[in-house]
Amino acid sequence: MTFVKLLPFFAAGWVFLVGLYGLVTSRNLVHAVGCLAVAQSSTYLLLLGVGYRSGGTAPVFGDTTTHQPVVDPVVQALTLTDIVVGATVTALLLGLVIQTRKRHGTVDPDELTGLRG
Amino acid sequence: MSARLRVRLFLGAAAVVAAALVWAITGLPRFGTAVHPYGSRAVAAAIRQHTANAVSSVNFDQRALDTLGEESILYAAVLGAIVLLRRLGGERRETPRPGKVLPTTRLLGATLAPVTILTGVYIIAHGALTPGGGFQGGVVLATGLHLAYVAVDYRVLERVRPLALLEAAEATAAGAFAALGLAGLAAGRAYLENVLPLGTFGQLSSSGLVAVLNAAVGVEVASGVTVLLAQFLEQAVELAEPEESQ
Repeated sequence: MTFVKLLPFFAAGWVFLVGLYGLVTSRNLVHAVGCLAVAQSSTYLLLLGVGYRSGGTAPVFGDTTTHQPVVDPVVQALTLTDIVVGATVTALLLGLVIQTRKRHGTVDPDELTGLRG
Repeated sequence: MSARLRVRLFLGAAAVVAAALVWAITGLPRFGTAVHPYGSRAVAAAIRQHTANAVSSVNFDQRALDTLGEESILYAAVLGAIVLLRRLGGERRETPRPGKVLPTTRLLGATLAPVTILTGVYIIAHGALTPGGGFQGGVVLATGLHLAYVAVDYRVLERVRPLALLEAAEATAAGAFAALGLAGLAAGRAYLENVLPLGTFGQLSSSGLVAVLNAAVGVEVASGVTVLLAQFLEQAVELAEPEESQ
């Protein structure tokens, strides 16, 4: 029973480790950026899991009464920030991958061994 | 380091991290707990501020200063992408040839583009009332513009996407967020404090500063995402590799 009550958090931890595994074994920088996005998305699961209230609806009172139990809006706001920052980081990293491909002619991290001045 | 050794090293480290995670997770409040001290206070504050969407209230009223940082990150990232993806010496600019588009794709795109753009504007405008807001609506708006590329062709996208104007709009909207915070100071209150009239709960004109900041962020995200994608599209569609490396 306790395990079921903690399952969303374990799922977040599992997604995080799967993303890291992908990063470590990646043979392509575009794939690596995708893996980083997977690892980061574990934080969405964790945050939304922390904020869930049994029987709660979305913290939006457009159509409901203000006495309705709702889930935690603070972690939802944090998740939104998380997604925005994640998207910008992905964009910048993909830009770096394009530059790497232009300057070194490869996107395989194992082939990027030499230091160049 | 060989690939096998690297995986072994990772598995060892991952086992330690997994053990630490299990230890930390078992100390967390149970999933679905009824006790949310921050959430309850944030919801109460949102209702007090006449903002039906409590998430928008947290983002644009209670913690608007954090969102100022967030949109600055977005602005900096777009700037960084423009610098990173500039044209290198030796790269030639090619005129992209129009590709073949299925008539059904064209019809679907032409039908959906106005609907998508209207949806984006709706989501930004109702950011304080219903799920959504400036960030979400901005992305929908930018997607609507790029339907022109998917459904027709790159040259049409260039025509519906005035880049110089969008760059200026992005900078203006990012600056407007920071400037709107001064309204609080002018009223003798804190920076970014919600000092505008709060209106009737649930009405489009309610929530005071939240709706205005939502609009500023919506413009910034829509133009920022379009400018960002333009850099990547230019790399993919317009630039050819330098002669010597071919």
